[in-house]
Amino acid sequence: MTSQVSSRSEQTDGTVVGEQRKPSGDKEVRRLDRVIIRFAGDSGDGMQLTGDRFTSETASFGNDLSTLPNFPAEIRAPAGTLPGVSSFQLHFADHDILTPGDAPNVLVAMNPAALKANIDDVPRGAEIIVNTDEFSKRAMAKVGYDASPLDDGSLDGYSVHPVPLTTLTVEALKEFELSRKDAGRSKNMFALGLLSWMYHRPTEGTEAFLKQKFAKKPDIAEANIAAFRAGWNFGETTEDFAVSYEVAPASKAFPTGTYRNISGNLALSYGLIAAGRQADLPLYLGSYPITPASDILHELSKHKNFGVRTFQAEDEIAGIGAALGAAFGGSLAVTTTSGPGVALKSETIGLAVSLELPLLIVDIQRGGPSTGLPTKTEQADLLQAMFGRNGEAPVPVIAPKTPVDCFDAALEAARIAVTYRTPVFLLSDGYLANGSEPWRIPEVDELPDLRVQFAQGPNHTAADGTEVFWPYKRDPQTLARPWAVPGTPGLEHRIGGIEKQDGTGNISYDPANHELMVRTRQAKIDGIDVPDLEVDDADGQAKLLVLGWGSTYGPITAAVRRLRAAGQSVAQAHLRHLNPFPRNLGEVLRRYEKVVVPEMNLGQLATLLRAKYLVDAQSFNQVNGMPFKAEQLATALKEAIDD
Amino acid sequence: MTEATMSEGTGTIEALSLVPKAEAKQSMKDFKSDQEVRWCPGCGDYAVLAAVQGFMPELGLAKENIVFVSGIGCSSRFPYYMDTYGMHSIHGRAPAIATGLASSRRDLSVWVVTGDGDALSIGGNHLIHALRRNVNLKILLFNNRIYGLTKGQYSPTSEVGKITKSTPMGSLDAPFNPVSLAIGAEASFVARTVDSDRQHLTSVLRQAAAHPGTALVEIYQNCNIFNDGAFEVLKDKQQAQEAVIRLEHGKPIVFGTDSAKGVIRDSLTGDLKIVTVTEDNQSQILVHDAHAASPTTAFALSRLADPDTLHHTPIGVLRSVDRPVYDTQMSDQLDAAIERDGKGDLAALLAGRDTWTVVG
Repeated sequence: MTSQVSSRSEQTDGTVVGEQRKPSGDKEVRRLDRVIIRFAGDSGDGMQLTGDRFTSETASFGNDLSTLPNFPAEIRAPAGTLPGVSSFQLHFADHDILTPGDAPNVLVAMNPAALKANIDDVPRGAEIIVNTDEFSKRAMAKVGYDASPLDDGSLDGYSVHPVPLTTLTVEALKEFELSRKDAGRSKNMFALGLLSWMYHRPTEGTEAFLKQKFAKKPDIAEANIAAFRAGWNFGETTEDFAVSYEVAPASKAFPTGTYRNISGNLALSYGLIAAGRQADLPLYLGSYPITPASDILHELSKHKNFGVRTFQAEDEIAGIGAALGAAFGGSLAVTTTSGPGVALKSETIGLAVSLELPLLIVDIQRGGPSTGLPTKTEQADLLQAMFGRNGEAPVPVIAPKTPVDCFDAALEAARIAVTYRTPVFLLSDGYLANGSEPWRIPEVDELPDLRVQFAQGPNHTAADGTEVFWPYKRDPQTLARPWAVPGTPGLEHRIGGIEKQDGTGNISYDPANHELMVRTRQAKIDGIDVPDLEVDDADGQAKLLVLGWGSTYGPITAAVRRLRAAGQSVAQAHLRHLNPFPRNLGEVLRRYEKVVVPEMNLGQLATLLRAKYLVDAQSFNQVNGMPFKAEQLATALKEAIDD
Repeated sequence: MTEATMSEGTGTIEALSLVPKAEAKQSMKDFKSDQEVRWCPGCGDYAVLAAVQGFMPELGLAKENIVFVSGIGCSSRFPYYMDTYGMHSIHGRAPAIATGLASSRRDLSVWVVTGDGDALSIGGNHLIHALRRNVNLKILLFNNRIYGLTKGQYSPTSEVGKITKSTPMGSLDAPFNPVSLAIGAEASFVARTVDSDRQHLTSVLRQAAAHPGTALVEIYQNCNIFNDGAFEVLKDKQQAQEAVIRLEHGKPIVFGTDSAKGVIRDSLTGDLKIVTVTEDNQSQILVHDAHAASPTTAFALSRLADPDTLHHTPIGVLRSVDRPVYDTQMSDQLDAAIERDGKGDLAALLAGRDTWTVVG
């Protein structure tokens, strides 16, 4: 889809970064600085695809953006029901933004269930586009509407656009010889065309996408394109839509560079491939499908030409087992999963701690406990990652803060794993995994050098003067043991989960040796070199520090901005390294009178902070499967300031 | 494969063609580690260890390219005693770990040492999936029909009614027949041997080593502490005559004193049955075909053994067929992807197809 790529000549003014398609009529055009749109419909209505396409159009135009896909765990929940509603929220702006937005300015509701499930999030004054064709008595009764909300005044105060989307789509496709049912399926493209007109989105990308997606069914491709164009034209001609909107590119928000839109799971996958290349090691993924981590398995399996081996195992345990075996053989080994999978992998993670081999454990957190909420987000695996093993089994923990940061966090996790010869947890979550935002594509030669040296020969002189290899003789700096891979002559050795004698690695049940080994493994992890925590304390006057980790970065930062804009002083810091903590964390915490820790759990980081630093860190928690809203956080922080 | 051709080196063994050869002639001593062997005196594991250490020089492989991976249990201490690379892992998971190693390092000869509890109980899932995938692994399953390391509970191969510490009134579980299980799990190579028969054990190891793909070797192994004499009927010369059916590819399946008994196919049921060999039925005696494409007869042979008395226990290679090897195919896919798409270009991957540029 190179047509979307801006040529250099278009950018002489440094601002134009996409091709806006302007309406040709003489309707009023208003300029907005930001818009939040939510597409909502039945699971089968193609709302995720519609949202993805609008996102791509928006990205190619150069707005800053942030997305929130929200869908049920069932592939096809019963049609027209509240549990079957799938939605996609997109926030885009002419300046830099941090979250998918709290409240939609526009709701597209493809049926009564979609309206009912989403209306509480939509503030009065917002625009609502409803597909009136779906508002039959039966469909409304199914979700508990006794009277039509379109007629009973319950939507007074909203700007409602009743549009017979299905009828219009079928009408537009009458030359295609499709059944009404089949033609009606393209109504999401009609809606996309209409919204694209409303916000002046570039359209070539979507047309090219449809041609490619339905390359084997050119009729279907043409029908979808026709529906998409009909939606655009409907906007131009109908009197119901009197105004269209411009949201200028966010050129000032973006440093110079080449950009693309990327989701967290894709960025994480690319980070793993990049880490393999930077470490000069073959990448090996052992994994078992689980929501919301499977995308990483799918993505990596596409890139065999990078030497990437992907192994879909018989279960979670075999997934990590195979990865650990590959690590023993000298691969950069990874296992990807979500919380329930981590529970199953715990024993093998303990073995990796004991073997002191590099291994990445990627946990895309979701709502728990047990099966919990597979498609919803949560941050409640932190303590599982920290402590969910038998014995003293410390494991470093890294958490990306945005979808884009998943790329860098993967490289950082790999750095720690190969440098310190340890399993490392990479804690992403469902919100980061599926959410997307613009990414400044890094130069490959800017990426960190992760090369490692395998052991090549003896490293110890025995009492009798012979040169021998000791698999547990450590690097005095990092405390890492040598990585001696099979195939290296003279270094034959045996490792295992039984306690090992310091140095030789032979089985040892000696009490003093066990104490030494337990403390040494802990000291190795505690000694990992992690950057100091940076604090954003704009005016230096803040008495309150808000400290987060992981995907709460966007909402917290947005809330902090609101408070500052309202004249409040508040300091903000965000932890990427959860184990070990940055060295200056204790000092930072003591600098402030109050510390508030917002988390999508019941206070797991706060528990760690209180235990380790004896500070009165206050939790602000939410466990509803959704990210924080900036407004709600801002209110909570304001209360903490005033308290 | 005769011993003479084997000792020439590994050039003729497809399964090991990517594994570097030893530069000098090896001896059994080369494979003994400096660790003191700590099995109970009289344990059958000693005999298996000696047989493996004695057989390894025959392969002539660079020993740094040999890896033993084990799970948990008495037999799983095995890797500590081999002067090769080794990993003593966790309970039941050795086939999974070895799969990762073998599928990422085709230049290694990877062996799994496991027991009846490790492979068939806690690790049953990994065993069957390794077998169906046909990863280049050689799995030595030490079956002593008891849990030894936890001091004497019944195992998934213990006979029904067995009195143990956890079954004072007798075990209720029907046992697995590991060979039947392996054949059912699509194994391409399945054999059974006995710890005390060094010659037979070595010949089975030789055939397993030469097999491309997963080889499962069940080794009946005596636990002289918790289940002593479990296989006596197969070891006592007198009784073994009637109890053991020695399978050899291409040879008629006969056993007993003066080979008086044989195996024929029952024309009514299609099943196998044991008969006294007579002039009339001699022509119907089955000739063992380990390479038969269908697993049916191998499975039927495995069912001849009585799980209680072990009478009519077949030993030797029941099945050995060629099937695509997982790690070879995995590697071929990487090559095919490079052929098709060119070697991966990270910058191009990161850029993708939909980009825009911001200039200062």
